[in-house]
Amino acid sequence: MTDQSTEITVSAQGLSRKFGGHTAVSGVNLELKRGEILGFLGPNGAGKTTTMQMLTGNLAASSGAISICGIDLFERPTAAKARIGYLPEHPPLYRELTVREYVDLAARLHRVAKSARSAAINDALARCGLSDVAQKLIGTLSKGYQQRVGIAQAVVHQPDVVILDEPTIGLDPNQIREIRTLISELGANYSVILSTHILPEVESVCDRVQILHHGSTVFSDTIAGLKQFHGGRMVLVGLKRPPAASDIATISGVARVEPAGGNLFRVSFTDNADPTENLVRRAVEKSWGLYQLSPAQSSLEDVFVQLTRKEETSP
Amino acid sequence: MIFTIAGKELKALFASPLAWVVLTFMQIILAFGFLKRLDDFMQIQPQLIQVPNPPGITELVVAPVYATTAVVLLFAVPLLAMRLIAEERRNQTMVLLISAPLSMTEIVAGKFVGLLAFLLLVVGITTLMPLSLLLGGRLDFGLLASLIIGVALLAACFAAVALYASCLTAQPFVAAMIAFGLLLGMLLAGETAADGLRGRGWPVPAALAQVLSPLKNFEPFAKGVLDSYSVACMLLLIATFLILTIRRLDAVRLRG
Repeated sequence: MTDQSTEITVSAQGLSRKFGGHTAVSGVNLELKRGEILGFLGPNGAGKTTTMQMLTGNLAASSGAISICGIDLFERPTAAKARIGYLPEHPPLYRELTVREYVDLAARLHRVAKSARSAAINDALARCGLSDVAQKLIGTLSKGYQQRVGIAQAVVHQPDVVILDEPTIGLDPNQIREIRTLISELGANYSVILSTHILPEVESVCDRVQILHHGSTVFSDTIAGLKQFHGGRMVLVGLKRPPAASDIATISGVARVEPAGGNLFRVSFTDNADPTENLVRRAVEKSWGLYQLSPAQSSLEDVFVQLTRKEETSP
Repeated sequence: MIFTIAGKELKALFASPLAWVVLTFMQIILAFGFLKRLDDFMQIQPQLIQVPNPPGITELVVAPVYATTAVVLLFAVPLLAMRLIAEERRNQTMVLLISAPLSMTEIVAGKFVGLLAFLLLVVGITTLMPLSLLLGGRLDFGLLASLIIGVALLAACFAAVALYASCLTAQPFVAAMIAFGLLLGMLLAGETAADGLRGRGWPVPAALAQVLSPLKNFEPFAKGVLDSYSVACMLLLIATFLILTIRRLDAVRLRG
């Protein structure tokens, strides 16, 4: 059991995909260990869905390699696919089937042994909170329940890797919370890759974050690492008698000063400089009334906006 | 695994009103033709007795029922097959099958078997009509068997062509039109092309034309002849279109 925690379940190297002349994804690397939840972020059209389609064998990669639990997806597709559960952006539901019939079909298609099938279906239904609606037609269910059916389909064969493409889209806040709890539970047993636009969701659920932009990875780190993204290079300063922002900017080593509301300023440093000491000295000399000095933690949103905007302005 | 998919397709067919409508109208059309011919047979029966070695009821009443079945299938199969792949692509449910540990061959074979099972059911129900004649007479079981095998093979040919048409587009109705166009084209070209080419002394193009004309290959069966050449041609046609379908779906995955 000890080496299970370090077991690599998904590994993708140099994944690229071209559609005609247009490159949708280029050189994406991805690695996931058992029990990890990876948040997959990026603006619309960044290549998230394309990458997920490649990971699940729905789309062939133009170049690169994918292995699922050490099995090469391109050489032994059926063996590799047996270890993946996939919920695409648009859940592949057959509206004319009942929930139970549908999950049963998914179990059969994933070659769940006949003796274990009934238990696996009940387990998936219970886990996704579908036991009460098992006999209802999927077409009559609300969007939230349909989304859960999609997740039940993805986990019924107890895959090693669960890939969820925007699982909370179009749900109400309560449903989002339920799905989020469900994803956290899944993370305990499986590796989960989760694509979403809802950033707090990633911060609350995921262990690691990977941000795609224009088809390549622009950020990949743990949630803890993310909070330190600017940690060393930015401080939040609170002054009772604040001077003009340009006065603070004259201190050597300060790159930029932004008002952060009230008497707070966000001060970022130039590379390889730490002018915190100078800043404190100046504040005392000029009696600015320094009352707060803390390393600014960057939120995921800051990082996201910065990384995906910055590149848009540069060619 | 093929049967899991086949079972799903059968269930989907019976869940839609289309299958029931098609079954109903087929039965009405075939029953009407059957009773009409039976009536005619009763009227000319006294004259037939005077002919030496007269044609029997199987030849005069039963064989035309299967000929009508063949024509009705020509219209019905494109409608029954249109949603097999086209609708899955339109509703984006194909992902479920492709993400599952299945090869494309299993997916296509499963869908084909599902449709074929439905068509065999149609042939089975049709066969109840001739069998009802046993209440008051005797049948030529050799000819009947030949007719059943022939019409089943013909249905399989139509199913393979219509399945291929269904993978070409994401619009079920367009798929039905493509299938109908292909089958009608085969019917018209096959009627004349094979014999014409053979007459000119071109055996290879003639053989190819024969493969592509399932209705022509059905003719020997209608006369009670189990022609191995026709059987081979029909099996070849089925295999060709199934492989084309598999390759086409693989290409979708490659090209996106």
